[in-house]
Amino acid sequence: MNCQDRWNRGRDPRLLGRRWFLSQCGVGLGAIALGDLLREQGYAAGLDPLAPRAPHFAPRARRVLFLFMAGAPSHLELFDNKPQLARFDGTPPPPELIKGYRAAFIRPNARLLGPKFKFARHGQGGAELSELLPHLATVVDDIALVKGMTTDAFNHAPAQILMSTGSQIFGRPSLGSWTCYGLGSESRDLPAFVVFSTGKKGPSGGNSNWGSGFLPTVYQGVQFRSGGDPVLYLSNPPGVDAAVQRDSIDAVTALNRMRFEQVNDPEIATRINSFEMAYRMQASAPEVMDLGQEPAHILDLYGAKPGQSSFANTCLLARRLLERGVRFVQIFHESWDQHGNLVHDLRQNCRDTDQACAALVKDLKQRGMLEDTLVVWGGEFGRTPMVEGGGNDGRDHHPSAFTMWLAGGGVKPGIIHGESDDLGFQVVKDKVHVHDLHATILHLLGFDHTRLTYRFQGRDFRLTDVFGNVVHDLIA
Amino acid sequence: MAKACARGGSVWHWLVLGFLAWGGPAAAEERIEARAARVSYNRDIRPILAEKCFKCHGPDARERKAKLRLDAAEFAYQPAASGEKAIVPGKLEESALVERITSADSNDRMPPAQTGKTLSPAEVDRLRRWISQGAKYEAHWAFIPPARPEVPLTRNRGWARNAIDAFVLAQLEAEALAPAPEADRTTLVRRLSLDLIGLPPTVAEVDAFLADTQPGAYERVVERLLASPRYGERWGRLWLDAARYADSDGYEKDKPRQVSLYREWVIKALNRDLPYDQFILDQVAGDMLPGAGQDERVATGFLRNSMINEEGGIDPEQFRMEAMFDRMDCVGKAVLGLTIQCTQCHDHKYDPLKQEEYYRMFACLNNAHEATIAAYSPFEEERRRAVLRGVKAIESELKAKHPDWPAKLAEWEKRVTRAQPRWEILRPEVEQESSGGEKYQAMADGSLLAGGYAPTKHTLVLHGETKLERVTAVRLELLTDPNLPRGGPGRSIKGTAALTEIRIAAEPLAGKGSRQGVKIVRATADVNPAEAPLDRIHDDRSNRKRTTGPVAFAIDGKDETAWGIDIDPGRRNQPRQAVFELERPVEFKGGVRLTIELVQNHGGWNSDDNQNINLGRFRLAATDRAGVAADPVSHEARGALAKPAGKRTAAEQAAIFTAFRESVAEWKDASARIDALWRTYPEGTNQFVLEERETRRPTSILARGDFLKPVRVVEPGVPAFLNPGGESRSDRLAFARWLVDRKAPTTARSIVNRVWQAYFGVGIVATSEDLGLQCEPPSHPELLDWLAVELMDRGYSLKAIQRLIVSSAVYRQSSRATRESIERDPYNRLLGRGARFRMDAELVRDAALASSGLLDQRIGGPSAYPAAPGFLFQPPASYGPKVWNEAVGPDRYRRALYTFRYRSVPYPMLQAFDAPNGDFACVRRARSNTPLQALATLNEPISLECARALALRVLSEARDDHARVTLAYRLCVARPPSDPEARLIVDLLERETRRYAAGALDPKALVGPMLAGFDTLGVKPGRAAAWTVAARVILNLDETISRE
Repeated sequence: MNCQDRWNRGRDPRLLGRRWFLSQCGVGLGAIALGDLLREQGYAAGLDPLAPRAPHFAPRARRVLFLFMAGAPSHLELFDNKPQLARFDGTPPPPELIKGYRAAFIRPNARLLGPKFKFARHGQGGAELSELLPHLATVVDDIALVKGMTTDAFNHAPAQILMSTGSQIFGRPSLGSWTCYGLGSESRDLPAFVVFSTGKKGPSGGNSNWGSGFLPTVYQGVQFRSGGDPVLYLSNPPGVDAAVQRDSIDAVTALNRMRFEQVNDPEIATRINSFEMAYRMQASAPEVMDLGQEPAHILDLYGAKPGQSSFANTCLLARRLLERGVRFVQIFHESWDQHGNLVHDLRQNCRDTDQACAALVKDLKQRGMLEDTLVVWGGEFGRTPMVEGGGNDGRDHHPSAFTMWLAGGGVKPGIIHGESDDLGFQVVKDKVHVHDLHATILHLLGFDHTRLTYRFQGRDFRLTDVFGNVVHDLIA
Repeated sequence: MAKACARGGSVWHWLVLGFLAWGGPAAAEERIEARAARVSYNRDIRPILAEKCFKCHGPDARERKAKLRLDAAEFAYQPAASGEKAIVPGKLEESALVERITSADSNDRMPPAQTGKTLSPAEVDRLRRWISQGAKYEAHWAFIPPARPEVPLTRNRGWARNAIDAFVLAQLEAEALAPAPEADRTTLVRRLSLDLIGLPPTVAEVDAFLADTQPGAYERVVERLLASPRYGERWGRLWLDAARYADSDGYEKDKPRQVSLYREWVIKALNRDLPYDQFILDQVAGDMLPGAGQDERVATGFLRNSMINEEGGIDPEQFRMEAMFDRMDCVGKAVLGLTIQCTQCHDHKYDPLKQEEYYRMFACLNNAHEATIAAYSPFEEERRRAVLRGVKAIESELKAKHPDWPAKLAEWEKRVTRAQPRWEILRPEVEQESSGGEKYQAMADGSLLAGGYAPTKHTLVLHGETKLERVTAVRLELLTDPNLPRGGPGRSIKGTAALTEIRIAAEPLAGKGSRQGVKIVRATADVNPAEAPLDRIHDDRSNRKRTTGPVAFAIDGKDETAWGIDIDPGRRNQPRQAVFELERPVEFKGGVRLTIELVQNHGGWNSDDNQNINLGRFRLAATDRAGVAADPVSHEARGALAKPAGKRTAAEQAAIFTAFRESVAEWKDASARIDALWRTYPEGTNQFVLEERETRRPTSILARGDFLKPVRVVEPGVPAFLNPGGESRSDRLAFARWLVDRKAPTTARSIVNRVWQAYFGVGIVATSEDLGLQCEPPSHPELLDWLAVELMDRGYSLKAIQRLIVSSAVYRQSSRATRESIERDPYNRLLGRGARFRMDAELVRDAALASSGLLDQRIGGPSAYPAAPGFLFQPPASYGPKVWNEAVGPDRYRRALYTFRYRSVPYPMLQAFDAPNGDFACVRRARSNTPLQALATLNEPISLECARALALRVLSEARDDHARVTLAYRLCVARPPSDPEARLIVDLLERETRRYAAGALDPKALVGPMLAGFDTLGVKPGRAAAWTVAARVILNLDETISRE
């Protein structure tokens, strides 16, 4: 699955700290008190693949929050107002438009379906938003709407994997993994890459959406839950309290240290470190998950209610994690696959998510975090301008045009980038492919996407494969 | 000692004798030095050129400077832009390269300063020596078939135990390093046990080895372990990584699949030391081997381990092609040791593999059905044969009792072949939105083959046109197909189908007239099972009584009843038909357009599981004849009857007799006895396999690997640079034979490298998935070749190679690192010490189960569901609700290899320790060291159960605390604790005993269900809890989860 870097001489120097550790500390390994050793900054920076690192150039964003609207929301009901589509409602699409078009469920020549909701202009930029997004409307001057998104896949799992990893083939590292590989972690007691699933079900692409692929597994996303144990096996077993746990870990550490002095394997030092971090995580993760610590006005801002599992609660948790140095938080909200019940389900989805998304932008901004926190909102593709089903109340999968929005982290606020045609079928101006989005995100994080590479199977892999152009127009 | 070992021993002795005959120590010294002085292009030169020169003077024309290429002799010997020749073999003075790499002028010197690259004096010296020795280029080492290299001489004559050691020692000596001393015996027996069977040794096994002071004690342990059936479990798991084994489909639905028989095949094959070439042959093309039986067919599950996407609305062909790409990738990594994935889009950038060659190999694999067979255990197989024998006996009895049967049969034949009604096959169009996301492939015979997503409830609407101006009845045929489960004709996991209702409407083909529903008055079918409740898997949670039964159920207007075809396990997977007679003929001038609704509502509640019972392959026809009914003669017999009597095979004659026999009213009792026999036919177990197609499926080169962009058709074939030979016939079997041909340059190297990797943590080639041009240079190239040749010469016996490796002095070294060895060789690539690394995920789990005594001993069988948080398998953690019936019995403690593996929801404890999830072939695992691992071994339920069990075990087996601590240590790490270690544990025990006695904590909560066990021993809960804490500490030691 992946290579163990420390075995590879001449590989990425960032991961070769072990060599440094040995060359600097090799003299009488056993003689040096391990505690001192571990406290040494150099040790942590060299041996720990999650130690913070500088990117290629000055970053605009230091952390990322990706709100993955899995299932693929309809751009036509939310962001991309198409009066012409309303006009041609019930008529077949122009034949030249659907030539060679492959749809998942419908016949390509299914009738056009007019937008189901009203749009109005908001903010100083006068961006049009659907009536379903009243909260987002209040921050529309802080976000950049990207209306020219396109992707290559029109089935959920491959398209999600493409959005998450830059490839439709399973097994590539995810955006979050690449980010942590490039930047390391700012947190000593929380994972660098945290993932939530808040929708009706998990994302179609499953765990591979946050997998580390061929990157070392320390970069893979760690699933958190907003209720119960936030991390698997975080709680002590029944009958074990913090004191017993401390005694146990102390004993494990002392015995490991004895072994370390016998066999001189630095992996033992890392193991000691891992147990210490686990212990700290046991304390810090529940603390960060405790929304009861938030003042009422913040809870109200998000619409969060402590003790519930909701998208709103998760957004607030995400902010708390980002505040504590977590590098990449990704929330999968899988509930946007409206083949039918378009009107009802979109209304419900927006009720569930709109306020909290807008609250995040506001809250990050008021804390001064929006400046260097990149927020990304979007799904894996868009929805067809054509109808699905007999009830005039559904849309099929559509890869050729859709909308996402970005905020903070160096993104130009209050702009609309790109444009689709009169039917919302194809992008006609400033097309942004998923690879371009990835290149842009990495750029904001301080990386030249062509240079953030990892050698695997004899070649240098990167998130954007051989594609991707940074969308400079999106950058402030 | 086993035969192969004895043979190996003699080879070794022969080599030693060879050394002795070779001359005295002085001569040997000369040879050692000569060997060191000889420059090899692949070993010494290519790495320098590749790193420092090829960027500007290599194969990439766009980057090339000064028209100079240094990557092949035919270019390097030619004049460059300057007119000078860079390399003149044997002539240092005439070679411009020498001048340029040694020039004092920094403007002239190569590599240029701005590249930031320099040549070290040693590298310059090597290049000079290479040129003066003739500047011989070599093809990439891995593409030349391995030849047995000369075993090197070493200065130290006393250390080597076999040839492996000579190769390693020669290199250590060249670097002026000495090997480490041999590990102590306790470490050795634990190392052997973990490496060979994946379990720690028992205390008795350690004691036996320590007590065995006779010569050959070590070898006896090796033989015991190689003969253990646990060996196949341990090494099988490594192969299953390469085979990307998983128990589910992957992608969104990630439905469970039944493939555990393949896993069992791997375990058994390794246990019986199936020669590696045969091991590959069976897995790639076992079904095509002469005399292939069930085992060989099951082995082809290897290629079927690809993911399957049955997300709604997918194009099944697109994802069949994805699976094909995955198979190619898997064959590349697992068998060839090459990365070939990139050639699905373009020529390989580094290796000489062309895109066309990729698709020619692809074509070899591209001609198979994706079949699911029922496979039978030996017990079931016996039963199966008994049924078939029994049926035959009753039929023979009938024939004997009624000698006039041939005449009667002839009469019957005349009757049933006379004036058959004419049926016009409809080639209907699918109303797409009625499909519920299921996709239908139109077959040449007019049938539709369902694929992709299988909704559990849907009404398929079909529009069929006929020129018949009168339609009296419609016929629905359910047909078998190799791509359906068990051959179909349905899509349920048994291959069955259920038709809830059929509705027909008609309208004129020409002119005006609206569509009118048509009443069906009579339905007949060639199978009419008794009414029976649905299988549990089709439960829709509606609490209705839902049944299948005779065909009348398809026209009774009830959603609860359906026409079913499942009469018994032996006869359910056959073509069937039903005829639906219309109340009044439909008559329209110019023809009729029929709309036929096939209601299929008998699936279960969860469409993300295998709960459908849809039609698989089916065909519709119409007739204008009155009074028609379903053909009572079976499909098979009807086919046989169409042949002239003289040309019928025995099986065809038997099918005819059976059809005849069933028609004879007086033989009702005998037929009933036969039916009763059939009902005892075994169910069998599903297994994905490959089955070669009769007509070849064309394969095209695909532009950028896009299945919608074929460029041109290619013929099956193999790439020339890897063993150009090969058979003239090119199919999957020929391809498989080519893969394991003795001249295949990478096959043997690739597997011995991975075996080596399993022992030393890193392969001789570190990039074990890629031996191509971009691979890491091998640390011991000659050893790799020697091992590869050895494997082939020993009849591809993997056990022989295992035996050789574990018998070597290299293997037996202590893994304790010294300051010097760390400084000189931090990654231990020279193998001057033993390897120490954290065990693979499965071993971490299995070792804890074994040490605590919980381990279940059974081998093989279906996958198990040990403890896991239930929410993981339910939305929103999982896309769909998944089955995870947590085991309470021994299944809870099966080896981790048997843990059910959902690709999208990996088992958390195994995932934490880097077990791959089977999305693609993995031949090299990561070995991370993370806090999540600590949480898993500290807090995960099975880890805790192991701690409790270990505590109980040492309390019951040893008498005092010191002996108990010692026993716990020995169970986990084989050695007894040192005094400070033992003291530390005893102190912990006392402290925790006090803590639990203080009453703030409930010791019973920690001890859990083991409380009674402790109570029986007279151990109080507080003490039991303290012991559980201590056992948990010992199970969490780095040493416990490390192989030292």
